[in-house]
Amino acid sequence: MTAIAAEPVLAARAGPPLWRRILRHRGLTAGLLILGLVIAIALLAPVLTGKDPYLQDLLRRLKPPVWGGGSWDNPLGTDNLGRDYLTRLLYGARISLVIGVAAASVSGIIGTLLGIAAGYFGGRIDLAVTFLISVRLSMPVVLAALAVVSLIGGSLTVVIAVIGLLNWDRFAVVMRSATMQVRDLDYVTAAKSVGCSNLRILATEILPNVASQLIVVATLEMAHAILLEAALSFLGLGVRPPLPSWGLMVAEGKNHLLFEPWLVAIPGSALFLLLLAINLVGDGIRDVTAPEQRG
Amino acid sequence: MGSYLLKRLLLALAVAVTVSLVNFTMVLMSGDIAVSIGGPTATYEQLDQIRRDLGLDRPIVVQYLNWLGNALRGDFGDSLFYRTPVAALIVERLPVTLTLGISAILFTTLIAIPLGVVAALRPNSWIDRTALSLAVAGQAMPSFWFGLMLIVLFSVIFPILPPSGAEGWEYFIMPTVVLGYSAMPAVMRLTRSGMIEVLTSDYIRTAYAKGLRNFKVLFKHALRNAVIPVVSLAAVQFGYMLAGSIVVESIFALHGTGFLAWEAMKTADLPVVQAILFFFSTFYILLTFLADMLNAWLDPRIRIG
Repeated sequence: MTAIAAEPVLAARAGPPLWRRILRHRGLTAGLLILGLVIAIALLAPVLTGKDPYLQDLLRRLKPPVWGGGSWDNPLGTDNLGRDYLTRLLYGARISLVIGVAAASVSGIIGTLLGIAAGYFGGRIDLAVTFLISVRLSMPVVLAALAVVSLIGGSLTVVIAVIGLLNWDRFAVVMRSATMQVRDLDYVTAAKSVGCSNLRILATEILPNVASQLIVVATLEMAHAILLEAALSFLGLGVRPPLPSWGLMVAEGKNHLLFEPWLVAIPGSALFLLLLAINLVGDGIRDVTAPEQRG
Repeated sequence: MGSYLLKRLLLALAVAVTVSLVNFTMVLMSGDIAVSIGGPTATYEQLDQIRRDLGLDRPIVVQYLNWLGNALRGDFGDSLFYRTPVAALIVERLPVTLTLGISAILFTTLIAIPLGVVAALRPNSWIDRTALSLAVAGQAMPSFWFGLMLIVLFSVIFPILPPSGAEGWEYFIMPTVVLGYSAMPAVMRLTRSGMIEVLTSDYIRTAYAKGLRNFKVLFKHALRNAVIPVVSLAAVQFGYMLAGSIVVESIFALHGTGFLAWEAMKTADLPVVQAILFFFSTFYILLTFLADMLNAWLDPRIRIG
Protein backbone atom coordinates (compact mmCIF):
# COMPACT_ATOMS: atom_id res chain seq x y z
CA MET A 1 0.00 0.00 0.00
CA THR A 2 2.70 2.45 1.07
CA ALA A 3 4.77 1.96 -2.04
CA ILE A 4 1.78 2.46 -4.36
CA ALA A 5 0.71 5.68 -2.71
CA ALA A 6 4.22 7.08 -2.61
CA GLU A 7 4.74 6.68 -6.33
CA PRO A 8 2.83 9.71 -7.67
CA VAL A 9 4.70 11.99 -5.28
CA LEU A 10 8.04 10.83 -6.63
CA ALA A 11 6.82 10.83 -10.23
CA ALA A 12 5.64 14.41 -9.87
CA ARG A 13 9.17 15.49 -9.02
CA ALA A 14 10.93 13.40 -11.61
CA GLY A 15 8.73 14.00 -14.66
CA PRO A 16 8.44 17.06 -16.89
CA PRO A 17 6.66 20.12 -15.42
CA LEU A 18 2.90 19.97 -15.04
CA TRP A 19 2.03 22.47 -17.76
CA ARG A 20 4.07 20.54 -20.29
CA ARG A 21 2.34 17.28 -19.33
CA ILE A 22 -1.01 19.05 -19.76
CA LEU A 23 -0.10 20.38 -23.19
CA ARG A 24 1.22 16.98 -24.28
CA HIS A 25 -2.10 15.33 -23.35
CA ARG A 26 -4.27 15.96 -26.40
CA GLY A 27 -7.59 15.02 -24.76
CA LEU A 28 -6.95 17.31 -21.81
CA THR A 29 -5.93 20.22 -24.02
CA ALA A 30 -8.98 19.83 -26.24
CA GLY A 31 -11.26 19.49 -23.20
CA LEU A 32 -9.82 22.58 -21.53
CA LEU A 33 -10.20 24.59 -24.75
CA ILE A 34 -13.88 23.65 -25.22
CA LEU A 35 -14.66 24.13 -21.54
CA GLY A 36 -12.94 27.52 -21.56
CA LEU A 37 -14.97 28.49 -24.61
CA VAL A 38 -18.26 27.49 -22.94
CA ILE A 39 -17.33 29.42 -19.77
CA ALA A 40 -16.45 32.47 -21.87
CA ILE A 41 -19.78 32.18 -23.72
CA ALA A 42 -21.68 31.93 -20.45
CA LEU A 43 -19.95 34.99 -19.00
CA LEU A 44 -20.15 37.09 -22.16
CA ALA A 45 -23.64 36.03 -23.32
CA PRO A 46 -25.16 39.56 -23.16
CA VAL A 47 -22.19 41.05 -25.04
CA LEU A 48 -22.21 38.30 -27.67
CA THR A 49 -25.83 38.57 -28.79
CA GLY A 50 -27.45 41.80 -27.57
CA LYS A 51 -30.83 40.04 -27.85
CA ASP A 52 -33.21 38.95 -25.10
CA PRO A 53 -33.51 35.15 -24.65
CA TYR A 54 -37.12 35.56 -23.43
CA LEU A 55 -38.36 37.98 -26.13
CA GLN A 56 -41.12 36.30 -28.14
CA ASP A 57 -41.96 37.27 -31.70
CA LEU A 58 -44.85 35.17 -32.95
CA LEU A 59 -44.51 36.55 -36.47
CA ARG A 60 -41.04 35.07 -36.73
CA ARG A 61 -41.71 31.54 -35.44
CA LEU A 62 -39.63 28.49 -36.43
CA LYS A 63 -37.25 30.31 -38.77
CA PRO A 64 -34.55 27.93 -40.04
CA PRO A 65 -30.86 28.49 -39.27
CA VAL A 66 -28.53 30.13 -41.78
CA TRP A 67 -27.47 26.86 -43.44
CA GLY A 68 -31.13 25.87 -43.85
CA GLY A 69 -31.98 29.04 -45.80
CA GLY A 70 -32.45 31.39 -42.85
CA SER A 71 -31.13 34.91 -42.47
CA TRP A 72 -28.25 36.28 -40.39
CA ASP A 73 -30.79 38.07 -38.16
CA ASN A 74 -31.25 34.71 -36.42
CA PRO A 75 -28.13 32.68 -37.25
CA LEU A 76 -29.50 29.53 -35.56
CA GLY A 77 -33.12 30.28 -36.44
CA THR A 78 -35.97 30.81 -33.99
CA ASP A 79 -38.03 28.46 -31.79
CA ASN A 80 -41.78 27.89 -31.73
CA LEU A 81 -42.33 31.17 -29.88
CA GLY A 82 -40.09 33.16 -32.20
CA ARG A 83 -37.26 33.52 -29.71
CA ASP A 84 -33.74 33.83 -31.14
CA TYR A 85 -32.25 30.33 -30.84
CA LEU A 86 -28.61 31.45 -30.72
CA THR A 87 -29.36 33.81 -27.81
CA ARG A 88 -31.16 31.07 -25.88
CA LEU A 89 -28.31 28.67 -26.57
CA LEU A 90 -25.71 31.14 -25.22
CA TYR A 91 -27.72 31.90 -22.08
CA GLY A 92 -28.36 28.16 -21.63
CA ALA A 93 -24.63 27.65 -21.07
CA ARG A 94 -25.04 29.65 -17.83
CA ILE A 95 -27.69 27.29 -16.49
CA SER A 96 -25.70 24.14 -17.23
CA LEU A 97 -22.51 25.54 -15.69
CA VAL A 98 -24.24 26.91 -12.60
CA ILE A 99 -25.98 23.56 -12.04
CA GLY A 100 -22.78 21.63 -12.59
CA VAL A 101 -20.62 23.72 -10.27
CA ALA A 102 -23.23 24.23 -7.53
CA ALA A 103 -24.50 20.64 -7.41
CA ALA A 104 -20.99 19.18 -7.52
CA SER A 105 -19.96 21.53 -4.69
CA VAL A 106 -22.84 20.39 -2.48
CA SER A 107 -22.22 16.71 -3.14
CA GLY A 108 -18.46 17.25 -2.99
CA ILE A 109 -18.64 18.68 0.53
CA ILE A 110 -20.91 15.88 1.79
CA GLY A 111 -19.00 13.08 0.08
CA THR A 112 -15.55 14.37 0.98
CA LEU A 113 -16.39 14.81 4.66
CA LEU A 114 -17.90 11.31 4.83
CA GLY A 115 -15.15 9.67 2.80
CA ILE A 116 -12.21 11.26 4.60
CA ALA A 117 -13.73 10.59 8.02
CA ALA A 118 -14.31 6.93 7.11
CA GLY A 119 -10.85 6.46 5.63
CA TYR A 120 -8.98 8.26 8.41
CA PHE A 121 -10.75 7.02 11.53
CA GLY A 122 -11.75 3.57 10.25
CA GLY A 123 -13.56 1.26 12.68
CA ARG A 124 -17.18 2.06 13.46
CA ILE A 125 -17.16 5.35 11.56
CA ASP A 126 -16.00 3.49 8.48
CA LEU A 127 -18.73 0.88 8.93
CA ALA A 128 -21.38 3.59 9.28
CA VAL A 129 -20.18 5.48 6.21
CA THR A 130 -19.90 2.29 4.15
CA PHE A 131 -23.49 1.49 5.12
CA LEU A 132 -24.62 4.98 4.13
CA ILE A 133 -22.89 4.57 0.78
CA SER A 134 -24.66 1.24 0.11
CA VAL A 135 -27.97 2.86 1.05
CA ARG A 136 -27.34 5.76 -1.29
CA LEU A 137 -26.24 3.45 -4.14
CA SER A 138 -29.43 1.43 -3.76
CA MET A 139 -31.58 4.48 -4.40
CA PRO A 140 -32.24 4.95 -8.11
CA VAL A 141 -30.85 8.49 -8.66
CA VAL A 142 -32.84 9.44 -11.74
CA LEU A 143 -36.14 8.24 -10.28
CA ALA A 144 -35.50 9.69 -6.81
CA ALA A 145 -34.38 13.06 -8.17
CA LEU A 146 -37.35 13.17 -10.56
CA ALA A 147 -39.81 12.23 -7.82
CA VAL A 148 -38.61 14.89 -5.38
CA VAL A 149 -38.16 17.68 -7.92
CA SER A 150 -41.52 17.03 -9.56
CA LEU A 151 -43.35 16.93 -6.23
CA ILE A 152 -41.68 20.02 -4.71
CA GLY A 153 -41.80 21.89 -7.99
CA GLY A 154 -38.84 22.62 -10.22
CA SER A 155 -36.73 25.71 -9.67
CA LEU A 156 -33.01 26.10 -10.21
CA THR A 157 -32.39 25.95 -6.45
CA VAL A 158 -34.48 22.82 -5.92
CA VAL A 159 -32.79 21.03 -8.83
CA ILE A 160 -29.33 21.95 -7.53
CA ALA A 161 -30.18 20.93 -3.95
CA VAL A 162 -31.70 17.58 -4.94
CA ILE A 163 -28.90 16.61 -7.33
CA GLY A 164 -26.29 17.78 -4.81
CA LEU A 165 -27.84 15.86 -1.93
CA LEU A 166 -28.13 12.66 -3.99
CA ASN A 167 -24.86 12.51 -5.92
CA TRP A 168 -22.25 12.39 -3.16
CA ASP A 169 -21.61 8.63 -3.42
CA ARG A 170 -18.64 8.68 -5.79
CA PHE A 171 -16.95 11.43 -3.77
CA ALA A 172 -17.31 9.34 -0.61
CA VAL A 173 -16.06 6.12 -2.24
CA VAL A 174 -12.99 7.70 -3.84
CA MET A 175 -12.07 9.92 -0.88
CA ARG A 176 -12.38 6.97 1.49
CA SER A 177 -9.95 4.77 -0.42
CA ALA A 178 -7.59 7.69 -1.16
CA THR A 179 -7.46 8.60 2.53
CA MET A 180 -6.78 4.98 3.49
CA GLN A 181 -3.77 5.01 1.17
CA VAL A 182 -2.15 8.05 2.80
CA ARG A 183 -3.32 7.63 6.39
CA ASP A 184 -0.36 5.45 7.48
CA LEU A 185 2.36 7.25 5.53
CA ASP A 186 5.35 8.62 7.39
CA TYR A 187 4.38 12.27 7.27
CA VAL A 188 1.01 11.53 8.85
CA THR A 189 2.64 9.44 11.57
CA ALA A 190 5.13 12.26 12.09
CA ALA A 191 2.35 14.81 12.45
CA LYS A 192 0.64 12.54 14.97
CA SER A 193 3.82 12.06 16.98
CA VAL A 194 4.43 15.79 17.38
CA GLY A 195 0.91 16.03 18.80
CA CYS A 196 -1.11 17.56 15.94
CA SER A 197 -4.87 17.33 16.42
CA ASN A 198 -6.88 15.06 14.14
CA LEU A 199 -8.57 18.08 12.58
CA ARG A 200 -5.23 19.66 11.77
CA ILE A 201 -3.85 16.43 10.28
CA LEU A 202 -6.97 16.03 8.14
CA ALA A 203 -6.80 19.61 6.88
CA THR A 204 -3.05 20.01 6.36
CA GLU A 205 -1.74 16.48 5.71
CA ILE A 206 -4.56 14.35 4.34
CA LEU A 207 -6.63 16.77 2.26
CA PRO A 208 -3.76 18.21 0.18
CA ASN A 209 -2.61 14.69 -0.65
CA VAL A 210 -5.98 13.45 -1.86
CA ALA A 211 -6.76 16.73 -3.67
CA SER A 212 -5.85 15.55 -7.17
CA GLN A 213 -8.27 12.64 -6.91
CA LEU A 214 -10.90 14.99 -5.51
CA ILE A 215 -10.54 17.24 -8.54
CA VAL A 216 -10.98 14.29 -10.90
CA VAL A 217 -14.19 13.14 -9.18
CA ALA A 218 -15.44 16.73 -9.00
CA THR A 219 -15.16 17.21 -12.77
CA LEU A 220 -16.85 13.89 -13.54
CA GLU A 221 -19.63 14.62 -11.03
CA MET A 222 -20.08 18.06 -12.56
CA ALA A 223 -20.77 16.37 -15.89
CA HIS A 224 -23.12 13.95 -14.14
CA ALA A 225 -25.09 16.81 -12.53
CA ILE A 226 -25.40 18.68 -15.83
CA LEU A 227 -26.61 15.53 -17.56
CA LEU A 228 -29.12 14.84 -14.79
CA GLU A 229 -30.53 18.39 -14.90
CA ALA A 230 -30.89 18.16 -18.67
CA ALA A 231 -32.71 14.82 -18.37
CA LEU A 232 -35.01 16.16 -15.63
CA SER A 233 -35.82 19.27 -17.63
CA PHE A 234 -36.28 17.20 -20.79
CA LEU A 235 -38.93 15.12 -19.02
CA GLY A 236 -40.67 18.37 -18.06
CA LEU A 237 -39.98 17.80 -14.37
CA GLY A 238 -36.83 19.90 -13.90
CA VAL A 239 -36.38 23.65 -14.26
CA ARG A 240 -39.46 25.41 -15.59
CA PRO A 241 -39.99 27.28 -18.85
CA PRO A 242 -39.11 29.88 -20.04
CA LEU A 243 -35.59 29.28 -18.67
CA PRO A 244 -33.28 28.45 -21.61
CA SER A 245 -32.02 25.14 -20.15
CA TRP A 246 -30.56 23.01 -22.95
CA GLY A 247 -32.55 19.99 -21.77
CA LEU A 248 -35.74 22.03 -21.83
CA MET A 249 -34.90 23.34 -25.31
CA VAL A 250 -34.57 19.75 -26.57
CA ALA A 251 -37.94 18.96 -24.99
CA GLU A 252 -39.61 21.97 -26.59
CA GLY A 253 -38.05 21.12 -29.94
CA LYS A 254 -39.20 17.49 -29.69
CA ASN A 255 -42.67 18.34 -31.03
CA HIS A 256 -41.07 19.76 -34.18
CA LEU A 257 -38.75 16.80 -34.73
CA LEU A 258 -40.20 15.99 -38.15
CA PHE A 259 -39.84 19.31 -39.91
CA GLU A 260 -37.50 21.37 -37.73
CA PRO A 261 -34.98 18.80 -36.45
CA TRP A 262 -32.35 21.50 -35.79
CA LEU A 263 -34.40 22.61 -32.76
CA VAL A 264 -33.35 19.33 -31.13
CA ALA A 265 -29.98 18.90 -32.83
CA ILE A 266 -28.51 22.26 -31.79
CA PRO A 267 -29.03 22.31 -27.99
CA GLY A 268 -28.31 18.56 -27.85
CA SER A 269 -24.97 19.00 -29.62
CA ALA A 270 -24.09 21.85 -27.25
CA LEU A 271 -24.85 19.61 -24.29
CA PHE A 272 -22.85 16.74 -25.79
CA LEU A 273 -19.85 18.99 -26.46
CA LEU A 274 -19.87 20.45 -22.94
CA LEU A 275 -20.16 17.00 -21.32
CA LEU A 276 -17.46 15.64 -23.63
CA ALA A 277 -15.15 18.50 -22.69
CA ILE A 278 -15.68 18.03 -18.94
CA ASN A 279 -15.13 14.27 -19.24
CA LEU A 280 -11.95 14.81 -21.25
CA VAL A 281 -10.69 17.25 -18.62
CA GLY A 282 -11.48 14.80 -15.81
CA ASP A 283 -9.85 11.83 -17.56
CA GLY A 284 -6.91 14.05 -18.55
CA ILE A 285 -6.26 15.31 -15.01
CA ARG A 286 -6.26 11.73 -13.80
CA ASP A 287 -3.79 10.68 -16.51
CA VAL A 288 -1.50 13.62 -15.75
CA THR A 289 -1.55 13.39 -11.95
CA ALA A 290 -1.86 9.63 -11.44
CA PRO A 291 -1.30 7.71 -14.68
CA GLU A 292 -1.39 4.34 -12.89
CA GLN A 293 -5.15 4.72 -12.34
CA ARG A 294 -5.92 4.89 -16.03
CA GLY A 295 -8.73 2.48 -16.88
CA MET B 1 -19.68 -19.76 2.26
CA GLY B 2 -22.50 -20.14 4.80
CA SER B 3 -21.40 -17.39 7.18
CA TYR B 4 -20.49 -15.07 4.32
CA LEU B 5 -23.92 -15.61 2.80
CA LEU B 6 -25.65 -14.92 6.11
CA LYS B 7 -23.64 -11.76 6.78
CA ARG B 8 -24.26 -10.46 3.29
CA LEU B 9 -27.96 -11.28 3.54
CA LEU B 10 -28.34 -9.39 6.82
CA LEU B 11 -26.56 -6.39 5.34
CA ALA B 12 -28.84 -6.46 2.28
CA LEU B 13 -31.90 -6.56 4.54
CA ALA B 14 -30.67 -3.64 6.64
CA VAL B 15 -29.92 -1.62 3.52
CA ALA B 16 -33.32 -2.47 2.04
CA VAL B 17 -35.19 -1.31 5.14
CA THR B 18 -33.16 1.91 5.41
CA VAL B 19 -33.55 2.72 1.72
CA SER B 20 -37.29 2.16 1.79
CA LEU B 21 -37.57 4.43 4.87
CA VAL B 22 -35.51 7.16 3.16
CA ASN B 23 -37.53 6.86 -0.07
CA PHE B 24 -40.81 6.89 1.82
CA THR B 25 -39.91 9.95 3.90
CA MET B 26 -38.48 11.78 0.90
CA VAL B 27 -41.62 11.40 -1.19
CA LEU B 28 -43.92 12.09 1.76
CA MET B 29 -42.12 15.33 2.56
CA SER B 30 -41.88 16.55 -1.05
CA GLY B 31 -45.52 16.17 -2.01
CA ASP B 32 -48.80 16.61 -0.23
CA ILE B 33 -51.04 13.63 -0.84
CA ALA B 34 -54.04 15.47 0.61
CA VAL B 35 -53.71 18.22 -2.00
CA SER B 36 -53.31 15.57 -4.71
CA ILE B 37 -56.60 13.97 -3.62
CA GLY B 38 -58.54 17.10 -2.72
CA GLY B 39 -57.49 19.04 -5.78
CA PRO B 40 -56.79 22.78 -6.00
CA THR B 41 -60.30 23.79 -4.87
CA ALA B 42 -60.25 21.94 -1.52
CA THR B 43 -60.60 24.03 1.64
CA TYR B 44 -58.26 23.72 4.61
CA GLU B 45 -60.97 21.87 6.56
CA GLN B 46 -61.40 19.34 3.75
CA LEU B 47 -57.63 18.85 3.49
CA ASP B 48 -57.42 18.28 7.26
CA GLN B 49 -60.24 15.75 7.01
CA ILE B 50 -58.43 13.86 4.22
CA ARG B 51 -55.20 13.88 6.27
CA ARG B 52 -57.01 12.46 9.30
CA ASP B 53 -58.76 9.81 7.19
CA LEU B 54 -55.49 8.62 5.66
CA GLY B 55 -53.53 8.85 8.91
CA LEU B 56 -51.22 11.53 7.52
CA ASP B 57 -51.32 13.37 10.85
CA ARG B 58 -49.52 10.52 12.59
CA PRO B 59 -45.72 10.33 13.05
CA ILE B 60 -43.78 9.40 9.92
CA VAL B 61 -42.39 6.22 11.47
CA VAL B 62 -45.91 4.95 12.22
CA GLN B 63 -47.02 5.77 8.69
CA TYR B 64 -43.94 4.07 7.30
CA LEU B 65 -44.46 0.87 9.31
CA ASN B 66 -48.08 0.76 8.19
CA TRP B 67 -47.09 1.27 4.58
CA LEU B 68 -44.28 -1.30 4.79
CA GLY B 69 -46.57 -3.85 6.42
CA ASN B 70 -49.05 -3.49 3.59
CA ALA B 71 -46.31 -3.38 0.94
CA LEU B 72 -44.86 -6.69 2.14
CA ARG B 73 -48.29 -8.21 1.60
CA GLY B 74 -48.31 -6.80 -1.93
CA ASP B 75 -50.72 -3.95 -1.12
CA PHE B 76 -49.37 -0.58 -2.26
CA GLY B 77 -52.72 1.19 -2.10
CA ASP B 78 -54.67 2.60 -5.02
CA SER B 79 -53.40 4.92 -7.72
CA LEU B 80 -54.90 8.40 -7.30
CA PHE B 81 -55.04 8.80 -11.06
CA TYR B 82 -56.14 5.38 -12.33
CA ARG B 83 -58.17 4.50 -9.20
CA THR B 84 -56.89 0.91 -9.43
CA PRO B 85 -54.46 -1.02 -7.20
CA VAL B 86 -50.86 0.14 -7.69
CA ALA B 87 -49.47 -3.41 -7.54
CA ALA B 88 -51.61 -4.50 -10.49
CA LEU B 89 -50.53 -1.44 -12.49
CA ILE B 90 -46.86 -2.23 -11.95
CA VAL B 91 -47.24 -5.93 -12.76
CA GLU B 92 -49.10 -5.02 -15.92
CA ARG B 93 -46.34 -2.61 -17.07
CA LEU B 94 -43.36 -4.68 -15.95
CA PRO B 95 -42.93 -6.97 -19.01
CA VAL B 96 -42.13 -4.03 -21.30
CA THR B 97 -39.49 -2.63 -18.94
CA LEU B 98 -37.96 -6.06 -18.27
CA THR B 99 -37.80 -6.82 -22.00
CA LEU B 100 -36.10 -3.50 -22.59
CA GLY B 101 -33.73 -3.90 -19.63
CA ILE B 102 -32.69 -7.46 -20.50
CA SER B 103 -32.12 -6.72 -24.17
CA ALA B 104 -30.18 -3.57 -23.25
CA ILE B 105 -27.86 -5.35 -20.80
CA LEU B 106 -27.30 -8.11 -23.40
CA PHE B 107 -26.49 -5.46 -26.00
CA THR B 108 -24.08 -3.80 -23.57
CA THR B 109 -22.20 -6.91 -22.51
CA LEU B 110 -22.11 -8.52 -25.97
CA ILE B 111 -20.42 -5.41 -27.35
CA ALA B 112 -18.50 -4.01 -24.39
CA ILE B 113 -16.78 -7.21 -23.17
CA PRO B 114 -15.35 -8.36 -26.54
CA LEU B 115 -14.37 -4.77 -27.28
CA GLY B 116 -12.65 -4.46 -23.90
CA VAL B 117 -10.79 -7.76 -24.43
CA VAL B 118 -9.58 -6.83 -27.90
CA ALA B 119 -8.56 -3.36 -26.68
CA ALA B 120 -6.60 -4.95 -23.83
CA LEU B 121 -4.81 -7.35 -26.19
CA ARG B 122 -3.64 -4.50 -28.39
CA PRO B 123 -3.22 -1.43 -26.18
CA ASN B 124 -2.85 1.85 -28.10
CA SER B 125 -3.77 0.19 -31.40
CA TRP B 126 -6.45 1.73 -33.62
CA ILE B 127 -9.06 -0.63 -32.17
CA ASP B 128 -8.11 0.36 -28.60
CA ARG B 129 -8.38 4.02 -29.50
CA THR B 130 -11.74 3.46 -31.23
CA ALA B 131 -13.05 1.62 -28.18
CA LEU B 132 -11.86 4.42 -25.90
CA SER B 133 -13.44 7.10 -28.11
CA LEU B 134 -16.71 5.17 -28.09
CA ALA B 135 -16.53 5.06 -24.30
CA VAL B 136 -15.76 8.77 -23.92
CA ALA B 137 -18.56 9.67 -26.33
CA GLY B 138 -20.93 7.32 -24.51
CA GLN B 139 -20.27 9.04 -21.19
CA ALA B 140 -21.05 12.44 -22.69
CA MET B 141 -24.10 11.42 -24.75
CA PRO B 142 -27.42 12.52 -23.21
CA SER B 143 -29.60 9.46 -23.80
CA PHE B 144 -32.73 11.50 -24.52
CA TRP B 145 -30.89 13.36 -27.27
CA PHE B 146 -29.33 10.18 -28.68
CA GLY B 147 -32.81 8.63 -28.83
CA LEU B 148 -34.33 11.60 -30.65
CA MET B 149 -31.46 11.68 -33.14
CA LEU B 150 -31.92 7.95 -33.85
CA ILE B 151 -35.62 8.63 -34.49
CA VAL B 152 -34.70 11.40 -36.96
CA LEU B 153 -32.23 9.07 -38.66
CA PHE B 154 -34.11 5.76 -38.74
CA SER B 155 -37.75 6.81 -38.67
CA VAL B 156 -37.72 10.09 -40.61
CA ILE B 157 -34.77 10.18 -43.03
CA PHE B 158 -34.55 6.39 -43.59
CA PRO B 159 -37.95 5.15 -42.41
CA ILE B 160 -37.00 1.60 -41.45
CA LEU B 161 -37.82 1.53 -37.72
CA PRO B 162 -40.99 2.56 -35.87
CA PRO B 163 -40.49 5.68 -33.72
CA SER B 164 -42.82 4.74 -30.87
CA GLY B 165 -44.95 2.00 -29.35
CA ALA B 166 -44.26 -1.59 -28.32
CA GLU B 167 -46.13 -3.82 -30.73
CA GLY B 168 -43.24 -6.06 -31.79
CA TRP B 169 -39.53 -6.74 -31.45
CA GLU B 170 -38.59 -4.06 -33.99
CA TYR B 171 -40.03 -1.46 -31.60
CA PHE B 172 -37.35 -2.36 -29.08
CA ILE B 173 -34.30 -1.93 -31.35
CA MET B 174 -33.70 1.80 -30.92
CA PRO B 175 -34.61 1.87 -27.19
CA THR B 176 -32.22 -1.06 -26.61
CA VAL B 177 -29.37 0.69 -28.38
CA VAL B 178 -29.96 3.96 -26.49
CA LEU B 179 -30.25 2.33 -23.05
CA GLY B 180 -27.46 -0.16 -23.73
CA TYR B 181 -25.00 2.45 -24.99
CA SER B 182 -25.29 4.41 -21.74
CA ALA B 183 -23.90 1.46 -19.77
CA MET B 184 -21.22 0.49 -22.30
CA PRO B 185 -18.38 2.84 -21.28
CA ALA B 186 -18.16 1.54 -17.71
CA VAL B 187 -18.31 -2.16 -18.70
CA MET B 188 -15.82 -1.70 -21.54
CA ARG B 189 -13.29 0.17 -19.38
CA LEU B 190 -13.49 -2.34 -16.55
CA THR B 191 -13.06 -5.31 -18.91
CA ARG B 192 -10.10 -3.62 -20.58
CA SER B 193 -8.26 -2.69 -17.39
CA GLY B 194 -9.06 -6.08 -15.79
CA MET B 195 -7.75 -7.94 -18.85
CA ILE B 196 -4.57 -5.84 -18.98
CA GLU B 197 -3.90 -6.57 -15.32
CA VAL B 198 -4.60 -10.29 -15.63
CA LEU B 199 -2.51 -10.68 -18.81
CA THR B 200 0.62 -9.46 -17.01
CA SER B 201 0.14 -11.87 -14.09
CA ASP B 202 2.35 -14.85 -13.32
CA TYR B 203 -0.19 -17.60 -13.96
CA ILE B 204 -0.76 -16.38 -17.50
CA ARG B 205 2.97 -16.48 -18.14
CA THR B 206 3.01 -19.99 -16.69
CA ALA B 207 0.11 -21.04 -18.90
CA TYR B 208 1.96 -19.79 -21.97
CA ALA B 209 5.16 -21.43 -20.74
CA LYS B 210 3.34 -24.77 -20.47
CA GLY B 211 2.73 -24.40 -24.17
CA LEU B 212 -1.03 -23.86 -23.97
CA ARG B 213 -2.57 -22.40 -27.05
CA ASN B 214 -3.33 -18.69 -27.18
CA PHE B 215 -7.07 -19.23 -27.41
CA LYS B 216 -7.18 -21.49 -24.38
CA VAL B 217 -5.07 -19.16 -22.23
CA LEU B 218 -7.21 -16.19 -23.16
CA PHE B 219 -10.59 -17.70 -22.52
CA LYS B 220 -9.99 -20.30 -19.85
CA HIS B 221 -7.42 -18.48 -17.75
CA ALA B 222 -7.46 -14.77 -18.43
CA LEU B 223 -11.05 -13.82 -19.25
CA ARG B 224 -12.49 -15.92 -16.45
CA ASN B 225 -10.59 -13.90 -13.88
CA ALA B 226 -10.96 -10.55 -15.58
CA VAL B 227 -14.71 -10.98 -15.86
CA ILE B 228 -15.35 -11.39 -12.12
CA PRO B 229 -15.60 -7.66 -11.31
CA VAL B 230 -17.47 -7.14 -14.58
CA VAL B 231 -20.25 -9.44 -13.33
CA SER B 232 -20.90 -7.12 -10.36
CA LEU B 233 -20.77 -4.06 -12.57
CA ALA B 234 -23.18 -5.59 -15.08
CA ALA B 235 -25.63 -6.34 -12.25
CA VAL B 236 -25.35 -2.76 -11.00
CA GLN B 237 -25.81 -1.41 -14.52
CA PHE B 238 -28.85 -3.62 -15.07
CA GLY B 239 -30.40 -2.14 -11.93
CA TYR B 240 -29.61 1.39 -13.13
CA MET B 241 -31.07 0.58 -16.55
CA LEU B 242 -34.42 -0.55 -15.15
CA ALA B 243 -34.70 2.60 -13.05
CA GLY B 244 -33.22 4.80 -15.77
CA SER B 245 -35.53 3.45 -18.46
CA ILE B 246 -37.92 6.30 -17.57
CA VAL B 247 -36.10 8.58 -20.04
CA VAL B 248 -35.97 6.03 -22.85
CA GLU B 249 -39.56 4.90 -22.31
CA SER B 250 -40.80 8.47 -22.45
CA ILE B 251 -39.01 9.12 -25.77
CA PHE B 252 -40.18 5.97 -27.52
CA ALA B 253 -43.60 5.89 -25.82
CA LEU B 254 -42.96 2.41 -24.43
CA HIS B 255 -45.61 1.96 -21.78
CA GLY B 256 -43.50 0.22 -19.16
CA THR B 257 -42.97 1.02 -15.48
CA GLY B 258 -40.69 3.95 -16.36
CA PHE B 259 -43.50 5.50 -18.36
CA LEU B 260 -45.87 4.78 -15.47
CA ALA B 261 -43.45 6.54 -13.10
CA TRP B 262 -43.27 9.53 -15.43
CA GLU B 263 -47.06 9.82 -15.61
CA ALA B 264 -47.33 9.40 -11.84
CA MET B 265 -44.83 12.19 -11.20
CA LYS B 266 -46.60 14.57 -13.55
CA THR B 267 -49.94 13.91 -11.83
CA ALA B 268 -48.48 13.79 -8.28
CA ASP B 269 -49.74 10.20 -7.95
CA LEU B 270 -47.84 9.56 -4.71
CA PRO B 271 -48.76 5.90 -4.06
CA VAL B 272 -47.46 4.94 -7.51
CA VAL B 273 -44.25 6.97 -7.07
CA GLN B 274 -43.70 5.36 -3.63
CA ALA B 275 -44.28 1.86 -4.95
CA ILE B 276 -42.02 2.23 -7.99
CA LEU B 277 -39.15 3.67 -5.91
CA PHE B 278 -39.56 0.82 -3.43
CA PHE B 279 -39.72 -1.76 -6.17
CA PHE B 280 -36.61 -0.64 -8.07
CA SER B 281 -34.52 -0.08 -4.92
CA THR B 282 -35.37 -3.51 -3.59
CA PHE B 283 -34.74 -5.11 -6.95
CA TYR B 284 -31.36 -3.36 -7.15
CA ILE B 285 -30.41 -4.62 -3.68
CA LEU B 286 -31.44 -8.14 -4.67
CA LEU B 287 -29.38 -7.90 -7.87
CA THR B 288 -26.21 -6.75 -6.10
CA PHE B 289 -26.73 -9.49 -3.49
CA LEU B 290 -26.98 -12.14 -6.21
CA ALA B 291 -23.96 -10.68 -7.99
CA ASP B 292 -21.95 -10.89 -4.77
CA MET B 293 -22.99 -14.51 -4.32
CA LEU B 294 -21.98 -15.31 -7.89
CA ASN B 295 -18.66 -13.57 -7.28
CA ALA B 296 -18.06 -15.53 -4.09
CA TRP B 297 -18.76 -18.72 -5.99
CA LEU B 298 -16.41 -17.75 -8.85
CA ASP B 299 -13.67 -16.41 -6.57
CA PRO B 300 -12.98 -18.38 -3.37
CA ARG B 301 -10.85 -15.52 -1.96
CA ILE B 302 -14.02 -13.48 -1.38
CA ARG B 303 -15.99 -16.09 0.56
CA ILE B 304 -13.07 -17.00 2.79
CA GLY B 305 -11.53 -13.56 3.32
